[in-house]
Amino acid sequence: MTILVIAEHNNNTLAPASLNCMSAALQLAQQADCAIDILVAGNDCDEVLQSCSKINGVSRVLSANSDSLKHHLAENMADQVVTLASGYSHVLAPATTFGKNFMPRAAALLDVAQISEISAVVSSDTFIRPIYAGNALVKLQSSDSVKMITVRTTAFESAETGQGSATIEEIEAVADCGLSEFVQQLISESERPELTSAKIIISGGRGLKNGQNFDLLYAVADKLSAAVGASRAAVDAGYVPNDYQVGQTGKVVAPDLYIAVGISGAIQHLAGMKDSKVIVAINTDSEAPIFQVADYGLVADLFDILPELSEALG
Amino acid sequence: MKVLVGVKRVLDPQVKARVKADGSGMDLTNAKMSMNPFDENAVEEALRLKEAGVVDEIVTVSVGPVKAQDSLRQSLAMGADRSIHILTENELEPLAIAKILKTQVEKEAPGLVLVGKQAIDDDSNQTGQMLSALLDWSQSTFTSKLELTKESATTTREIDGGLETITIKMPAVITVDLRLNEPRYATLPNVMKARQKPMEKIKLEDLSLDVSARLTILETRESETRSAGVIVNNVAELVDKLKNEAGVI
Repeated sequence: MTILVIAEHNNNTLAPASLNCMSAALQLAQQADCAIDILVAGNDCDEVLQSCSKINGVSRVLSANSDSLKHHLAENMADQVVTLASGYSHVLAPATTFGKNFMPRAAALLDVAQISEISAVVSSDTFIRPIYAGNALVKLQSSDSVKMITVRTTAFESAETGQGSATIEEIEAVADCGLSEFVQQLISESERPELTSAKIIISGGRGLKNGQNFDLLYAVADKLSAAVGASRAAVDAGYVPNDYQVGQTGKVVAPDLYIAVGISGAIQHLAGMKDSKVIVAINTDSEAPIFQVADYGLVADLFDILPELSEALG
Repeated sequence: MKVLVGVKRVLDPQVKARVKADGSGMDLTNAKMSMNPFDENAVEEALRLKEAGVVDEIVTVSVGPVKAQDSLRQSLAMGADRSIHILTENELEPLAIAKILKTQVEKEAPGLVLVGKQAIDDDSNQTGQMLSALLDWSQSTFTSKLELTKESATTTREIDGGLETITIKMPAVITVDLRLNEPRYATLPNVMKARQKPMEKIKLEDLSLDVSARLTILETRESETRSAGVIVNNVAELVDKLKNEAGVI
C-alpha cells in the first residue's frame, strides 16, 4: 500500500494547499503503515520538485514533465493520474479548483467513486466529509480498491517541510489528448495574504454598496495583514472579482479571525467561514443571521465603523 | 445542435438542512425542495443558446424519485423542449448518475451537455467531470462564460486565483457556475404549457447498468453549531476583546 498525493503548483511554486493535503496523507499513512509519493505534473518544475522532496514524510517525488501538463488541463491530468493509480491504495489531491477539475474525471476512468472534500481521516477506508453546505457531516466507508480523495484544506494543518529527502524520479508523461487547449489565466495580483492561508480575513458583503467602498476594508486589512474576502452577493454585484468569494461554492476558509462586514450571513456564506476560530460581525441589522455565529457582534453602520477601526488599529 | 441538460431536485437552498435524530440520514420529510440552483443556470444557458440560434433542441434529464419530475416540469416551464425522467427511489452516487446520463447521451446524441457544477445537497462536484470522462469528451468546469461554435467552445472558468480561459473541442460536457447567467422565472402561461410537453419515463432497472454503491454511509450527524457570542458597544471595546480576550490580533 502506498499513497499518492497530487501536488498543486503553478510550475514555479508549490501551492500551500498541497501541504494541507499532505497532512491528510500523513494521517492515512499512519493508519495504514505505508509510504507516500508525490506527483508533480507540469512543465519545467524544478523548484516545485525540490520543495516536494523536502516535505517531511515523502518517499518519492514523481516528475511528469511535459508541455501537455503545463496548464493542468483536466483531460491530460486525469490521464496522467490513471497511468499511476493502479500502483496506489489512495490518491489524494486538494479540494481546490485544481483538484476538483481532474480528480472526478480520473476516478470515472478508473471506475471508482471519488470521496469529495474529506475533513477527517477515520481509518484507511473510512472518512468524514461535510454535506449540505457543512450543516451535516457523513462518515463513510469506501469499498473501492483505489480510493480517490479530495481534501478540504482548512481541515488539515500544513505539513512540515525541511527534514524530507525524497528521491526525485522522472516518469513518462502522457501525450496531449488534444481535447482542450489553454488560452489564458487572469490571476488577481495582490500584496495581501491569500484567502485560504491567511490568519485574519476581513470580508465585505452587499452592505458595502459598491466596489469603491472596499477601500475601507482594504485599509483595515492592511493594518491587520489580513486577506480580503467577499460574500457571493458582493461578487455577483461586481464589487470585487470572483476569487474573493467565501462560501459553499467559493472558498472555504478557517482563519484565526474572520471579520464579516455588511454580510447578512446566508447559509451559503456561513458554509465557507463557520470554522473560523473567532468571528466578528459588523452589520446595521441586529437580526442578521451572521450575529448567530459571531463571537463578537457590533450593530452599527460600517461606514462609521471601518474608519474608526482602522484608526484604532494604529 | 441538440443540448442535454442534467437537473437534480434538492432541498431548497433557503431551507436549513436537518439530520434525522437516529443519525441514519437527512430528514427531508415535508421539506421544501427545488431545482439545484446551478442546474437552473445550466437550463438558462441552454435557453439562451437556443434563442441565439446556436441550439435547436433542449432535452432535460433527471434521475430520482417520481418527485424529480417537478424539477423537470420547471425546466420545461422555463423553455426546455422535452424531458427524460429516470426513475429510482435509491440515492445514487455521482459515478452511477454519470453512467446513467451516458446512456441518454448515447441515445440522444447531443452536441453539448450542460450540468450545474455541483449539487447543493451532497456538494460532491463530480458528475459532469465523470460523464465527460466516460464519454471521452472534453470538459469545462466552473464555467462563468461560454462562447460556442459547432466545432469548439471557448469558456471562462472560475478558478481559485482568478479566471481561466480554455478552448475545448465539441462535443463537450460543461459544468456551470452561478455567474454564467441569471435564470429566468417560469411565467404562469409557460407553467401551463409545460404540462403538455413530452416527458419520457424510464425505469432505472430497464437500463441494466451497474449502479451499486461504492461508499457506505455509516453515520450522518449535525456539524457542531456555533452559538452567538456577545454584542459589543463600540470599536474600542471590540479591539480590546480581540486583543485581550480572544488574543487574535
